[in-house]
Amino acid sequence: MKRYEIIDGPIDTGEVIKKVVCNEAGAITTFIGTVREWTKGKRTLYLEYQAYISMAEKKLKQIGDEVESRWPGVKVAITHRIGRLEISDIAVVIAVSSPHRKVAYEANQFIIERIKEIVPIWKKEHWENGELWIGDQLEITPLVVEGEEKR
Amino acid sequence: MIKVLLFAHLQEQIGSSHITIKESFSNVKEIKEYLINKYNLPHLNGVMVAKNEEYAFDDTKVNSGDVIAFIPPVSGG
Repeated sequence: MKRYEIIDGPIDTGEVIKKVVCNEAGAITTFIGTVREWTKGKRTLYLEYQAYISMAEKKLKQIGDEVESRWPGVKVAITHRIGRLEISDIAVVIAVSSPHRKVAYEANQFIIERIKEIVPIWKKEHWENGELWIGDQLEITPLVVEGEEKR
Repeated sequence: MIKVLLFAHLQEQIGSSHITIKESFSNVKEIKEYLINKYNLPHLNGVMVAKNEEYAFDDTKVNSGDVIAFIPPVSGG
C-alpha cells in the first residue's frame, strides 16, 4: 500500500482515507482539490497536470514525514492525479488521521501549502483562447535579482 | 554523460522531455549556462534544479551519470 502516490487516472477518495484509518485515530480530515471552471473571470475548459513522478512521490513522503514528526500520532496519505482533468475532477486527495480533530485539520492544511511549495507537479490551464503552464502560486520563487541599491 | 530532464514550458520550448549531454561539467551552474546558450533559455536562471531527485544549488557538484532536472515554479494541488 503506497501512502504517497502520483496516478494518471481518477482518485478513489475512499481508498486514500482507508490508508490512514487506525485504532489510535479519533479524527480523519480529508482535503479534496478539484478543478475549478472560473478563475478571475476566465473560463477553464480543462487542465493538464504533469509531474516528475519519482521525485514528486519522494517529496510527498518528505512532507508526510515532516507532519508525522511535528504532530506525533498523525498518519498521512496523499494521492495526486496527473494527465488531463475535466471541470470538477479531483486533482488531489490528502487524508490525515489523528487522535484529536484540531491537529487533523492543522496538519492537513499544512500539507496542501507544502505541496504548492516543493512537489514537482505542474498545471497547464486550457482556456477558450489559449493555454499556459501555471507557476508560482505562492509567489515565493527564489529569484536572484541583481538590483541596484537605492539610497 | 549527464541526463537532463525538462518539464512544463521548458519541455515545450526544447521539444523534448529529456536530453543527454556528453560534455562534462563540474557543477550545476555550468550545465545551466550550457543550456541557456545552446537552447536560448534566458529565464533558466530563475528555475530550480534537482540533482538525482533532490533540490540542488548552482555550486552543487555534478558527475557523469547524474540526472539533472529543471524544476519551473511548481503548481500542483
